[in-house]
Amino acid sequence: MAGSEVELLDFWASLFGMRVRIALAEKGVQYDYKEENLTNKSQLLLEMNPVHKKIPVLIHYGKPICESNIIVQYIDEVWQNKYPPLLPSDPYLKAQARFWADFVDKIYDAGRRILNTKGEEMEKAKTEFIDGLKVLEGQLGEKPYLTGESFGYADIAMVPLYCRFYALEMIGKMNIEKEYPKLIAWVKRCMERESVSKSLPDPHKVYEFLLERQKKIR
Amino acid sequence: MAKQEDEVILLDFWASMFGMRVRIALAEKGIPYEYREEDLKNKSQLLLESNPVHKKIPVLIHNGKPVSESSIIVEYIDEVWKDKAPLFPSDPYAKAHARFWADFIDKKLYQIGRNLYTTKGEEHEAAREEFISCLKLIEGELGDKPYFGGESFGYLDVSLIPFYSWFQAYETYGNMIIEHECPKLIAWAKRCIQNKESVSKTLPDLEKILAFVQHLRKRFGIDE
Repeated sequence: MAGSEVELLDFWASLFGMRVRIALAEKGVQYDYKEENLTNKSQLLLEMNPVHKKIPVLIHYGKPICESNIIVQYIDEVWQNKYPPLLPSDPYLKAQARFWADFVDKIYDAGRRILNTKGEEMEKAKTEFIDGLKVLEGQLGEKPYLTGESFGYADIAMVPLYCRFYALEMIGKMNIEKEYPKLIAWVKRCMERESVSKSLPDPHKVYEFLLERQKKIR
Repeated sequence: MAKQEDEVILLDFWASMFGMRVRIALAEKGIPYEYREEDLKNKSQLLLESNPVHKKIPVLIHNGKPVSESSIIVEYIDEVWKDKAPLFPSDPYAKAHARFWADFIDKKLYQIGRNLYTTKGEEHEAAREEFISCLKLIEGELGDKPYFGGESFGYLDVSLIPFYSWFQAYETYGNMIIEHECPKLIAWAKRCIQNKESVSKTLPDLEKILAFVQHLRKRFGIDE
């Protein structure tokens, strides 16, 4: 029975799923992980997320919560008595954390287009992606984490992308490691947290998966 | 957090549905503020400094500190001025539910609505169908409730009602009559305008928005 009050419908390579896994781990919440076959979605997934039919979906006492950033906020609010807080309590700092998590979604979108398009469209996506990373590098500055001294909501939103850096470098012909030293230092700092290192899959496995998927699309 | 001498400035553009969300939230809470109209073809130094990442309106500047992105601003307003007219329920699940639908509106409704007046041919027909599907989904979420928030006007009502001011434009360029497709949604919109001064005083005339969209189409060379 332990953990069955919380279920997570997910897919191993999903960046959005990783956000939720990290948040649950940070709070030490027990849960049942259910791997979805995205080419053959379960009845449960289609019922729990009829609007988008996408993972991740958190099911808490049978009630679904969808959209990764919304799920992370939900986790922070429900388990607010468990350390650490994922969002600051100060409204202004909270708004900043939300702003940066929202910005990260745009970087994710550009990253997705790098992997799924070619030619001019890919070049455009690359430019947007690089511009986004530059902004994050600037935002980090001398701070240990994206919005200050503590690991939190914005970091959780961004750090899953690390497991795709290798794939993006290979497919997009970029050098992230070299161009963004602060970002890389931040990644290493985040990866020292068990919640992160245990939630991110091996970058080479991710690369193989994305290559396979690309073959099917192109 | 909210002091007697709060300085609140809103950088905005009259036709922006995102800006309208913020104006409605501020009005709901009875917060005095300075409205500054931006010329989007010639953005002010203050806007560029307050939102260097996106350079977009709306931006709320509270005691010199800027907050950007309409949904984020509305949540901020609700948290700072929490003692009056709460926009969010306190239950985390109900909150997540409201945020989900506001996110749906942002991801789907806005972009598809835009396609209604910027595309032609097959793309336009697809946009038209998608738009009606979206509205029907949203109407389904309303059900028989007076407001999306239930008995009271809340976050999701604030997020969606500005789109009503664009309905005449959507109908004209989308070649549809929204009331035929989604009568409950129209009833809800009229209820908001009738019962909420924050809404009736904020929403511009539908004809003015239509004229604005006509002007946009000319500017971007989209022929009839």
